[in-house]
Amino acid sequence: MIDGLGAPQSLLLLGGTSDIAVAIAERYLAKRPLRVVLAGRPSAQLEAVAGRLADRGAAVETVAFDAAKTAEHEEVLGRVFAGGDIDIAVVAFGVLGDQAEAERDPTVAVSMAQVNYVGAVSAGVCLAKAMRRQGHGTIVALSSMAAERPRRSNFMYGSTKAGLDAFFSGLADALVGSGVRAVVVRPGQVRTKMTAHLPDAPMTTTPEAVAASVVSAVSRGRHTVWVPGRMRAVSSVLRHLPRPVFRRLPF
Amino acid sequence: MTEWKILTGWGRTAPTGATVLRDDETTDDRLMAAVAGNPPRGIIARGLARSYGDAAQNGGGLVADLTGRTQVVALDEAAGTLTAEAGLSLDAIMRIILRKGWFVPVTPGTRYVTIGGAIAADIHGKNHHVDGSFSQHVLSFDLLTADGAIRTVRRESDPALFWATAGGMGLTGIILRATIQLRAVETSRVLVDTERAADFDDMLARLEATDHQYTYSVSWIDLLARGGKMGRGVLTRGRHATRDELPVRSRSAPLAFNPRGWLTAPPFLPSGMLNQMTVAAFNEVWFRKAPKVRRGEVQSIPAFFHPLDGVAEWNRIYGPKGFIQYQFVLPFGEEDALRRIVEQVVRSGYASFLAVFKRFGEGNEGLLSFPAPGWTLALDLPASDDLAVVADRLDEAVLAAGGRLYLAKDSRMRAAAMTAMYPRLPAFRELRSTLDPTGMFVSDLARRLSL
Repeated sequence: MIDGLGAPQSLLLLGGTSDIAVAIAERYLAKRPLRVVLAGRPSAQLEAVAGRLADRGAAVETVAFDAAKTAEHEEVLGRVFAGGDIDIAVVAFGVLGDQAEAERDPTVAVSMAQVNYVGAVSAGVCLAKAMRRQGHGTIVALSSMAAERPRRSNFMYGSTKAGLDAFFSGLADALVGSGVRAVVVRPGQVRTKMTAHLPDAPMTTTPEAVAASVVSAVSRGRHTVWVPGRMRAVSSVLRHLPRPVFRRLPF
Repeated sequence: MTEWKILTGWGRTAPTGATVLRDDETTDDRLMAAVAGNPPRGIIARGLARSYGDAAQNGGGLVADLTGRTQVVALDEAAGTLTAEAGLSLDAIMRIILRKGWFVPVTPGTRYVTIGGAIAADIHGKNHHVDGSFSQHVLSFDLLTADGAIRTVRRESDPALFWATAGGMGLTGIILRATIQLRAVETSRVLVDTERAADFDDMLARLEATDHQYTYSVSWIDLLARGGKMGRGVLTRGRHATRDELPVRSRSAPLAFNPRGWLTAPPFLPSGMLNQMTVAAFNEVWFRKAPKVRRGEVQSIPAFFHPLDGVAEWNRIYGPKGFIQYQFVLPFGEEDALRRIVEQVVRSGYASFLAVFKRFGEGNEGLLSFPAPGWTLALDLPASDDLAVVADRLDEAVLAAGGRLYLAKDSRMRAAAMTAMYPRLPAFRELRSTLDPTGMFVSDLARRLSL
């Protein structure tokens, strides 16, 4: 149960090796010990994260979960919820993909959409169902600034996040009155292993900053958060720029 | 009626959704059917929802709202015993019995609690130091248990189940009816002595010296006063007035009782209205307005016992984020620890404008009953992210001094702290595991604290 001051007792991380998901877990763990379920493809990295969170006081379980294998989602997530209520579930899996390659090879484009959008929709439906049954819980979906307006340089990734963003925004409305909530998080570029090969964009942020915003959004009951917060105003301006201008922006 | 609703406690934090059974769904037969149906996420009884935290919530499960069960089954006017359905409020009871010369044995700071809730939380009042808690005046109750049976549980003949249920937060079953012993009174007025305490030591000294002379005793502490004034406060203590003690004009209707609410807090008040500045100003006025000493003032029951009941839904003043109430008891002999805890609160800078302080008397056999011989302090604190850390530190200090927190007020303590504070919890768990092996009676509080 989430307590009266917003501290959860259990956390489910879908995409258990995501830097942002781990930072969220660590932020909660800094206050209190809790149960953490790491769902992801079995790997040494997943086990390393499990060890790291256990060292910080978490009771960690790992669960084999593949975002692209949507047929298994209901069964896998069903088992997770059978093991106890989940207070906060973070949908953190996703691939950045190679824009150029995806423009050439439809199978690459489709597999990005499979993971980032289709997988998220499937997981989102499963989570919402399970949380409605327990009458409480918060789903945190990691969207992106790139979801707000497609950019020439990464519209493949942007379009998958736009789909995810629309889905979870709608889901948040559908869940009003159920006791369950959904939060859509729109970070700008975050310095993670996923973006390690990219140069920093303006207002590049860190997983820790995203985690801080997520924790505060969950306890305040917000629906949408931008990280950093001033990104909200920036993205509002960008959204209204004439297209030829927007296309020529240098990032 | 059955309806999906989002529920919170009085502190308006941590909402969860549940299927609420009301009115025609809460007859004995319908509740037995609900229990027999083995609801997958269990069931918990709910009364007027004055528990501050999540005691009367059951996320995803059933919540039996018993406030529609208000029948008086029997009132023995000679012996002063009342048998009534569990949803009857103390307010309603007072309206029935006062004019017949009886009063409830124990009343908390609000009349808007049900009999069932009063037993489940084993509530206490200003007379705890002489009369103990509510359950000590309960003769018996009917309890619907997990096997689907209704048992009449008498304090004398079935102490084990009685004292698991008294203070058991609804986790042994649903209390359907109860018989309580009332207190005889000549009038509906209280004779009140008011005095100021200049600081914390003065407060303790006054309470130790003269508390036994009063039936009722409670004090208010200014938790924003620092330095030499730390722990200053106002003591209000009294006893029921006799007829001769009333002013002449009141003597013709000595048992008159007809309280009316005079205002309702508006919805949608912002959070943060109660901050250091506003509360400090309030506290200063409150302290100065109290007489240095005033003896024998005649006060009405609502004015003395239930001042906040005059403002309906006063919990809204803390805004949408809600608030927590932090109430603990420390054993006698731990006055130094108590002083340090008060200092800790003062230093934390959290503005509590309702800090209520009292000396408890003996505890009882209730396995999870809160009161214990010692000092109890209750604070209202607006919810915020930083408060979690402050409250956890207070827990540690309370625990280290052999104290504990009140479950009916709690919305945030750690399960481990609760286990350490309530040494009889293993006995409670054991009884529950035989009485209710599947854990059918369950609440958000029970899940959160792994009861």
